[in-house]
Amino acid sequence: MTRPIRDPAPSKWGYRWQRWMLTPGVRTGLRVGVPMATVALVAGLWSLNDANRALLTDRVAQLTEAFHQRPQFMVSELSITGADETLADSVTKVANVTFPVSSFDLDLAGLRTRIAALDSVADARVRVGDAGALEIAVTPRVPVALWRTPEGLRMIDADGVFAGAVTSRSDRLDLPLIAGQGAQGHIAEALTLFRSAGPIAERMRGLVRVGDRRWDMVLDRDQRILLPADGPVSALDRVIALNEAQDVLDRDVAVVDMRVPQRPTLRLAQEAVIATRNASAAGRVQRMGQ
Amino acid sequence: MRDLYETQRAMRNVRKAAMQRGVIAILDVGTSKIACLVLRFDGPDRLGDNDGVGSLAGQSRFRVIGAATTRSRGVRFGEIDAMQETERAIRTAVQAAQKMAEVRVDHVIACFAGARPRSYGLDGSVEVAENIVTENDIGRVLAACDMPDFGDDRDVLHAQPVNFALDHRSGLGDPRGQMGQTLTTDLHLLTVDATAIRNLFFCIKRCDLELAGIASSAYVSGVSSLVEDEQELGAACIDMGGGSTSLSVFMKKHMIYSDAVRMGGDHVTGDISMGLQVPMQTAERIKTFYGGVVATGMDDREMIEIGGDTGDWERDRRTVSRAELIGIMRPRIEEILEEVRARLDAAGFEHLPSQQIVLTGGGSQIPGLDGLAAKILGQQVRLGRPLRVQGLPQAATGPAFSSSVGLALFAAHPQDEWWDFDVPADTYPARSLKRAVKWFKDNW
Repeated sequence: MTRPIRDPAPSKWGYRWQRWMLTPGVRTGLRVGVPMATVALVAGLWSLNDANRALLTDRVAQLTEAFHQRPQFMVSELSITGADETLADSVTKVANVTFPVSSFDLDLAGLRTRIAALDSVADARVRVGDAGALEIAVTPRVPVALWRTPEGLRMIDADGVFAGAVTSRSDRLDLPLIAGQGAQGHIAEALTLFRSAGPIAERMRGLVRVGDRRWDMVLDRDQRILLPADGPVSALDRVIALNEAQDVLDRDVAVVDMRVPQRPTLRLAQEAVIATRNASAAGRVQRMGQ
Repeated sequence: MRDLYETQRAMRNVRKAAMQRGVIAILDVGTSKIACLVLRFDGPDRLGDNDGVGSLAGQSRFRVIGAATTRSRGVRFGEIDAMQETERAIRTAVQAAQKMAEVRVDHVIACFAGARPRSYGLDGSVEVAENIVTENDIGRVLAACDMPDFGDDRDVLHAQPVNFALDHRSGLGDPRGQMGQTLTTDLHLLTVDATAIRNLFFCIKRCDLELAGIASSAYVSGVSSLVEDEQELGAACIDMGGGSTSLSVFMKKHMIYSDAVRMGGDHVTGDISMGLQVPMQTAERIKTFYGGVVATGMDDREMIEIGGDTGDWERDRRTVSRAELIGIMRPRIEEILEEVRARLDAAGFEHLPSQQIVLTGGGSQIPGLDGLAAKILGQQVRLGRPLRVQGLPQAATGPAFSSSVGLALFAAHPQDEWWDFDVPADTYPARSLKRAVKWFKDNW
């Protein structure tokens, strides 16, 4: 006896349901959306409890701490390169790191900012190097001149940036002295002038910026060379040449005025004027007496 | 007529949309089984222009990803008889195929065998407007074919241009761009009962599916089971289904004639059931296991336990010899084949250069059928199986699936139909204006 193969037709709603379940969007939703929603729901319900949340944060903090404190991340020594002893001391003081410390707890950017903010430091590089050493490479500022200000003597570097203070001129006789408002902005020009002073270098006491516009060169015996705003070096060269030829500066001259380059002007010292006047009067008496 | 044109165009657009989405279902609504294949169009030349048929006869464009067959319910003679039942059977097949494909299909191409197909050969002729044949001219010449009066209750299923002639040159496949004066075409028109199409529409709509095309089962089984030479030189494909035996004649790769005999394998089963006094299921089983058409001496001795389900198991141990079974089956099959012969003769099949006959469909699996068919239909008879397509399960490669496979090929590479060309009426005002201008130019 044979029966027909059992082949039941789906009900209309069963058929629709199956077609709906085969729709790509629905399939993706079921495969991805439902598990994600379930996980989110469970996690949400669990974290509704305060104790659970505290437990979670504690646990996370604990694990983070344990990870940070692993020996691979510990920094135990400080090495400073490129600084002399006093600078290294001040860098160490500014860095203010208590060893051992985890490298996660080090604020390297902040450290670098603090060190670079030191007067005598031009730039600093800070990194955690091999073998747990905090390496600080310091580029110190090189002072090129002394700058006399109302507050006192300061050292400045080639960029005109404050690079430390000195108490008296005799501390740094090797550095030239400049003064006047705006002098720090024209260090390069001042240094050129110092270099081209040549034969009168021993007599020179410093440069004064006048009106933030031009330089006065001050020599000993209160002599001054007034240099123009444009081409001060060539004007100085002319004065030196004049001095070589006629020993102008050895005479009793108070001011050599080169402000108008076409018309160099000399101003004699007060005694010299008087002496000259007396001498010419004596000459006249002599001639009258003859 | 006009609304059918619109319907067919709409179906063609749906088919294009489905191809874009890449998944389409094939539904073969038969009398004994309903088969559903789900095709995925993702082959290498999917987006390429149809410059001829693609590689592997256009099959490389698709893959069968789901296949299901179910016992048909509510279909008689290849036509829907009980709509609810058929709808349920379609749902079963579609659901199983979708389950196998793991994808939802919304568009379906269907074919059916019955509904009294009738073939008409039409011809039309127009003057070519500008000496060079354009697509417009083809639309016009197709519209110029004079429609036979086939009745209000019939609908056009296929309207395929099978031949074009330009002046005195005939046999052109594609006359576009050629020079000439008079364009003539031969159109093969296949009409079926309108109610059958409407019922199928309605059934598929009630399954939440959208019909993306409809084809005659005779045509598509010819597409799949005739080899290229046979289609070119002339051959007939006889699809022996459950409720009807449909035949289609091919020539120059076009179907030129189609008809159906309203008899099939189910009638053979019915004969066995009546002759042996057994239920239809038992008769079907006996037919498929022991059936045949040529009796030999051996068959007299081979006894078949028919296992009649009369409830009296003790006494009802009837047996029948295989020769008796063959004696029941053979007259009916001869009758079917003779009817087919008559239809072929009416169509003038003997005038074709080659008279190959290919038997396919579930009924063609009866042992010895080719010998019997050779006696009735002519010497050139062979049994045909559908082309192999990629991804088709082994269970669905038999001759019973030739129309499903053919429908898949049809979906991949459809034949140009009348409604693929624009209606010439749309362009009529422009042409009349042009004609007026021409008249002015000529006369002044």
